[in-house]
Amino acid sequence: MSASLYLVAMIAVPAIGAAAVAALPRERGLLAKQVTLGVSLVVLLLAVLATAAFDVDGDRFQLTTSVSWIPDFGAEFALGVDGIALVMLLLIGVLVPLVVTASWHEADHGPRPTRVFFAWLLLLEAMMVGVFVATDVLLFYVFFEAMLVPMYFLIGSFGGPRRQYAAVKFFLYSLVGGLIMLAAVIGLYVVSTSQLGEGTFAFDALRQLDIDPEVQKLLFLGFFVAFAIKAPLVPFHTWLPDSGAEAPIGGSVLLVGVLDKVGTFGFLRYCLPLFPDASRFFAPFVLVLAVVGILYAALLAMGQSDMKRLVSYTSISHFGFIALGIFAFTTEAGTGAVLYMVNHGLATGLLFLVVGMLISRGGSRQIGDYGGVAAKAPLLAGAFLVAGLASLALPGTNSFVSEFLVLIGSFPERPVFTVVATVGIILAALYILLMYQRTMHGPPRGVLLQQDAAEPAPGLGTGGATATATATRTAAPGTLRVLDLSRRELVVVAPLVALIIGLGVYPQPLLDLIEPAVSATMSDLGGTDR
Amino acid sequence: MPAEGLLAASWLLIALPLAGAAVLLLGGRRTDRWGHLLGTATVVAAFVLAVACTVQLAGLDQRSADVELFTFIRSGELDVTAGLLYDPLSAIFALLITGVGSLIHVYSIGYMAHDPARRRFFAYLNLFVAAMLLLVLGNSFVALYVGWEGVGLASYLLIAFWYTRPAAATAAKKAFIMNRVGDVGLAIAIFVMFAQLGTTSYAGVFGSVGTLAGGTITAIGLLLLLGACGKSGQFPLQAWLPDAMEGPTPVSALIHAATMVTAGVYLIARSAPIYDLAPTARAVVLAIGAGTLLIGAIAGCAYDDIKKVLAYSTVSQIGYMFLAVGLGPAGYVAGLAHLLAHGFFKAGLFLGAGSVMHAMNDSVDMRRFGALWKKLPVTFATFGLGYLALIGFPFLSGYFTKDAIIEAALDRGDVWGWVLGGVAVLGAGLTAFYMTRLMLMTFFGRARWEDGVHPHEAPTVMTAPMVVLAVGSVGAGALLVSVFPLSGWLEPVFGEPAEAAHVVAPAVIGLVVTVVMLLGVLAAWLFVGRREVPVTAPVRVSPVTRAARNALYADTVNESLFMRPGQWLTRALVWLDNRGVDGAVNGLAAGLGGTSSRLARTQTGFVRSYAMGMLGGAVLVAGALLAVTAG
Repeated sequence: MSASLYLVAMIAVPAIGAAAVAALPRERGLLAKQVTLGVSLVVLLLAVLATAAFDVDGDRFQLTTSVSWIPDFGAEFALGVDGIALVMLLLIGVLVPLVVTASWHEADHGPRPTRVFFAWLLLLEAMMVGVFVATDVLLFYVFFEAMLVPMYFLIGSFGGPRRQYAAVKFFLYSLVGGLIMLAAVIGLYVVSTSQLGEGTFAFDALRQLDIDPEVQKLLFLGFFVAFAIKAPLVPFHTWLPDSGAEAPIGGSVLLVGVLDKVGTFGFLRYCLPLFPDASRFFAPFVLVLAVVGILYAALLAMGQSDMKRLVSYTSISHFGFIALGIFAFTTEAGTGAVLYMVNHGLATGLLFLVVGMLISRGGSRQIGDYGGVAAKAPLLAGAFLVAGLASLALPGTNSFVSEFLVLIGSFPERPVFTVVATVGIILAALYILLMYQRTMHGPPRGVLLQQDAAEPAPGLGTGGATATATATRTAAPGTLRVLDLSRRELVVVAPLVALIIGLGVYPQPLLDLIEPAVSATMSDLGGTDR
Repeated sequence: MPAEGLLAASWLLIALPLAGAAVLLLGGRRTDRWGHLLGTATVVAAFVLAVACTVQLAGLDQRSADVELFTFIRSGELDVTAGLLYDPLSAIFALLITGVGSLIHVYSIGYMAHDPARRRFFAYLNLFVAAMLLLVLGNSFVALYVGWEGVGLASYLLIAFWYTRPAAATAAKKAFIMNRVGDVGLAIAIFVMFAQLGTTSYAGVFGSVGTLAGGTITAIGLLLLLGACGKSGQFPLQAWLPDAMEGPTPVSALIHAATMVTAGVYLIARSAPIYDLAPTARAVVLAIGAGTLLIGAIAGCAYDDIKKVLAYSTVSQIGYMFLAVGLGPAGYVAGLAHLLAHGFFKAGLFLGAGSVMHAMNDSVDMRRFGALWKKLPVTFATFGLGYLALIGFPFLSGYFTKDAIIEAALDRGDVWGWVLGGVAVLGAGLTAFYMTRLMLMTFFGRARWEDGVHPHEAPTVMTAPMVVLAVGSVGAGALLVSVFPLSGWLEPVFGEPAEAAHVVAPAVIGLVVTVVMLLGVLAAWLFVGRREVPVTAPVRVSPVTRAARNALYADTVNESLFMRPGQWLTRALVWLDNRGVDGAVNGLAAGLGGTSSRLARTQTGFVRSYAMGMLGGAVLVAGALLAVTAG
């Protein structure tokens, strides 16, 4: 297969897979899962092949394909990747098979057929790939909106008790944002018509336009609001805790890990290069939103009693760091922000997955319903801790590198914002360690507590050796009924732990991929870069 | 200069214990039977390697070796190479960490023998040694920061080792959070260095720091100091260290006495070229050292928990070290000599305390000890030598190293020299008081043991390290000050030692300090030794005692200034976010397309909302197009 077809295949394979899975008979649930896993692994392979074919020193956009799509508007089905899009494809490639494996039994007992869940998942993957590889602004907009549909149904059909409310809220917010962006896309087209003679949606052509600063401001805001809802920045954020909490775990992972990154990706791909003057004009306002968001969402995370809502709020805080990195307008901070997008997908992805594994054992999302789990499930606790430490950006984990780059890169340009943001690392330690202590440490407690001590617990003897020393030190009122990670769950956790630590020690290969695209963006901006 | 020979392999110092930790953590229960042996072997091997490296270093002309490993983070102007710097300063720390670390690993084999999670303990201990070595061997502030937070993690894991105890879990979290407050300072200092100098490596920063404005250098110095205070339990971030005693006692000995908590002293000594240009920052170091010295010593006088007394003693002794390095070139060597000597005698004291606890069913309440000298002869002898070394009994370690600090303070020659020297002498008296009180309550007097306690001496695997450390407690001071002067060894780092001014003759200082020390011993005997020790602490005590028992209300201040307002703020924000921000947007959505609950109920409602959304969007599109054409 020619390298230029990798991107087409990355959209087509999961889309066709989705159709095939949806067409399976209702009782072939297992086959649906197997096909989905197979397809998602093919996409991972394609992402790796695309990376291998990508020349770091080559053109900005590579592996390009372009087919005329709506000739009347000059819209093309144009695909291509720069280093930024490429690392997002790798993230999608890695996350989806893990999500499929983690969600193996997600839809087994629901009212809706298993195949539907997995078909939506594959369709979502196709749309997510599309949104990152589109180099035509109208095509990007179509993927941006189309991406909502599978996620809407994943939340609305397979989510928690308040799934309907969450799904509609998610849809309305995104829709409003999308429509505002559509207005800006059309506006951009009008400008291109007046400047180039004939209208175009091609990113590379639009990038060359010389747009009046006042018009830039309007168009910037059109894109910005859509992306700020998606990313989300405070105060556009209130849909995320509901969606993150009510979505099935796999949906939460992809929502926060990938979907929301379309917002920050959009800042970098569209807002900065297309509207450089407006970007500079609005940068202080965006930075205020970013830094307020870091602290505000972190404080809110500390106040949550629902684990999934807590993780959602931590993500809003993290998106503040990403936005800070993007709007500081330096290569270091921008590179850090893109790396942050990948690392956050891995770290928060793992955190959501492990929280989901805990919830699947206890049937409750409330932190207060758990306690002392580490004694019975050391592997689960260990994975939880690694995910948590990555989330608080401990050195040695991947997130440290990106957070450090964002902060050290932003400081020379924006010292005050950076110093305030740095205080966020104390709050990050608080919200993670509070949750960890309450669920994993302390005496055994809560919904997993063995009610009848005479009945042999299924969890006994599976890795319970750890810390029974304390049995003599504290009079344990009962033992927990909890199984440690199963083999399937280990398969989900192990690659993420390996990536978190591996990229924490040796991040340079990813940085080498990302940096050229970021410096190109900074030169589009007409660089305040030093 | 680039490292050759063994020094080029000095990264193995870090890799060995790190590999040990990895094997023990990933190997799981399969490694239960031999995990502790592997964990000990990696640290002993690292010690042997550190000795060999240091011997090779001593033979070099330049006595400094760079080891470049790989590119860690390179983007734009930022280029952080993972690399090590093996020089006389990092060498003495590497020897201390691996040497005392080996002894404590050996001791732990016995101390943790009956703990089913012993393997996990050794894994964390190995992780700590690796991170601590990275902290002192790294060749840049970023490498230091990575090790800095790494030891914080190891400290967290080990304090919370018995995590089913809520107190242990809470103490671990508190330690991590308070350390992070300091880490923010360290991080921002690194940002300033990069912004102003474009580099974070020691060579780069120290080479060009002189080009900066004085205010900037002072800011860097103060930010680094904030980090140092967090890690070293200095005012105002001292409250976590006594709570950290919830961890197993070998942890208290290694991490919270001998090594990790001295990292702040290392940071300030390492950053000497910065502080040399920042007299204001250096003055703050002095003030914090002197203040913390007294805070720790006063609190140490009032506690009945043997480990907490030792912990406050550590706070106080590190205060001495801060005071010393705050004095600048005159004090660096004295501070580091005290650090090394303290590493020996305080580690030995903690191991002795562990042995006492071992004998007393894990009790730490000195009011229930007494008369243990006969039952625990080895512990008594080794602990006693550590005690004498700490209070500065003539010709033992503390005598030399503490006097050197006092001498350096007085040699300032100004009124502040007298103030600081006076504080240090007063501290010596207080140290003698609280340590004598501890000795009397633990080893002498009547046995006040709880029922069912049958004290017995610890096994050889535990007593042997105690003996080695006791020997070090006795000899380290004389060795470092007179026989094998540390000042000469550290000359490549701090320059040639200046001729001492001798404002007061050393012999006079020695005499005065000894007299004050004896007064402290006498006072302790009058208060504690002469009378029967009540098994419960007296309730009606003077305000001074009450303040000391509450460690001068550090926790109270932290709680009322930060914790409780923080909780209120969090609660208020959660309310605001649910009602205010979300409510406003929900109201907007309701206005646009009917109530969201009704929308959710029926498919029709959903479609209608979509239509409404489309309409709203179309209006916006039209508006935008108008604006664009008008523009």
